[in-house]
Amino acid sequence: MTENLFYFLASLTLLCALMVVISKNPVHSVIFLIVTFFTISGHYILLNAQFLAAVNIIVYAGAIMVLFLFVIMFLNLGKNERDVKTSTLTKIAGTIAGGLLFVVMIAALKDAAIAPAVGPFNSQIGMVESLGKVLFTQYLLPFELASILFLVAMVGAVMLGKKEAGERHF
Amino acid sequence: MESVDLIYKAVYILAIFGITLLIATYSTYFERKIAAFIQDRVGPNRAGPAGLLQPLADAGKLFFKEEFIPAKANKALFIIGPGVAMLVATMSSAVIPFGDMLLVGGREVWLQAIEVNIGVLYVFGVVSLGVYGLMIGGWASNNKFSLLGAIRAASQNISYELAMGLSLIAVLMLSGSLSLREIAEQQHGFNWNIWYQPLGFVIFLVCAFAETNRTPFDLPESEAELIGGYHTEYGSMKLGMYLFAEYINIFVASAVMATLYFGAYNFPFMTELELWLADATESVVTANNIVTMLGVAVMFAKIFMFIFFFMWVRWTLPRFRYDQLMKLGWQILIPLSILNIILTGGAILLKDSLF
Repeated sequence: MTENLFYFLASLTLLCALMVVISKNPVHSVIFLIVTFFTISGHYILLNAQFLAAVNIIVYAGAIMVLFLFVIMFLNLGKNERDVKTSTLTKIAGTIAGGLLFVVMIAALKDAAIAPAVGPFNSQIGMVESLGKVLFTQYLLPFELASILFLVAMVGAVMLGKKEAGERHF
Repeated sequence: MESVDLIYKAVYILAIFGITLLIATYSTYFERKIAAFIQDRVGPNRAGPAGLLQPLADAGKLFFKEEFIPAKANKALFIIGPGVAMLVATMSSAVIPFGDMLLVGGREVWLQAIEVNIGVLYVFGVVSLGVYGLMIGGWASNNKFSLLGAIRAASQNISYELAMGLSLIAVLMLSGSLSLREIAEQQHGFNWNIWYQPLGFVIFLVCAFAETNRTPFDLPESEAELIGGYHTEYGSMKLGMYLFAEYINIFVASAVMATLYFGAYNFPFMTELELWLADATESVVTANNIVTMLGVAVMFAKIFMFIFFFMWVRWTLPRFRYDQLMKLGWQILIPLSILNIILTGGAILLKDSLF
C-alpha cells in the first residue's frame, strides 16, 4: 500500500516538475509547481512527518506561490514574449549540457553506497514535539541565526518599500 | 484500522460533508432573511412555507442557466477555478471536533473525522489555499475586472494570514498542542479560551472575515467598482460554486472559532450534569452519551451564532477602502497580535513562577 502510494506520488511529482519546465504558459508553470509542492507534502506524510508536510503547504503552496502567481499575473506575459524563437544552436547546446548532467548524476548515483540504517527507526521523529525539542536544544544556534537572517531581510524590505520624503501617492 | 472503524469513518465523513453542504445551502436563505429583517423587509417568502424552498429554487435556476465560457478565456483554468474553490472549502471541516466521545456497544466513537496532531496547521494550510480558486478563476476569465479582483483577493489573503497565524500562536502557547481535539478537551466546562485570549479572538475574528471575503472585506468582488470582481465572467453553476464556497468557508470559519475560542462542544456544568445523569439513570454510558449529544447541539448552536454574526456584520458595516484594508492588516492587526503573544508569554511565565 505504502509502496504503491510512493511510486504513484513519485511519478506524479516528476511529471508535474517536468510540466513546470515544459509548459509554455507561465501561469500553468506556477500551477504545476503548486501541485509539485503538494505531492512532496504527500511524501512527507508517507514518512510520518506531518508537521513538515503541513508547514510545506502553508509556507510554499499557501504563501510563496500565491506571491509568484500574483507577480506573474501582473506581468501578463503576452503572446509576443512567449513565442521568442530559440535558435537551433542553443537548443543543441542545451540538449548536450542537460544530457551530460544526466550522465554525471547517473554515474554518481550508481557508485553511491546505501548508508546502513542508524539504529531502529523512530516513527515519532517527524512529530511536532520531537522536532521542537531538537530545534530548541541541539540546533538552537542555527535556529536563532536563521531567525535573525529573516529579521534582517524584513527590515531591508521595509526600508526599500518605505516612501521617500516628499514622494506623493494618490 | 478495523473494518468497523473504517466504515464508521466513511459514514461520518459523508455525514459531515452533507451537513456542511446543507448548512451552506440554508445560509443563503438565512442571509436573505436576516438582510430583510435588518432592512425591515419581508425577504424571500414565495417558494414553500416562509420561503424555505428558496435555496432549492436558486440552485435549480443556476443549474439550468447557460454554461457560458468567454471566447478568449483560458478554458481549462476557467473550469478548474470554481472547482478548486469548492474543493478547498469542503476539505477543512475534516479535523474539526464536532463532539466528544460516544460509547456505543463498548466502543469509543469519536465525533471527529480525522484526528491529527497538527489539526490547527491543517486548517490553516487549507484556508491559505482557498485563494487559488479565486486567483485562477479571475485570471482565466481574461477580463481586467476579474484580474483586479483576483489580485485583490491574493494580496488581502496574504496580508491577513499573517495576523491570523500570529493570533493562533497565542492560543497554541496556552494549549501546548496543535491537535484540535486536545484544544477542545482543555476547555472543559466553562474554561474557554476566550477568557484568556480576548484580544487574540478579536484579531482572529477580523482575519476570518478577511479570509472568507465577507463584507467589510469583500473587495475582491466589490460590485460597485469591479462589476463582480473575480466572478464577473462566471455564470450558471460555476458562479454558484463560487458563492457556495463562500458560505462553506463561513461555516468552517465559525466552527474553527467556536473550537479554538468558545470551548467547542463544552458547556458550563457539564461534569455536574453527567454525574447527576449517571445517578439518575444508573448508567455511566447513557449519561456520557446524553452529555455528548448535548455537546454536539451546543457546538452547532455556537457555529450558528457565528454565522449569524457574519451576516449581521455584512448588513451593518460598509466596505473598507483598499488602503484602509492594507493599513488595518499590516499596521494594526500584526503589531497587536505580536503584543498579544508577548502578553500571553509573560502571563504564562508569571503563572509558572508564582504557583
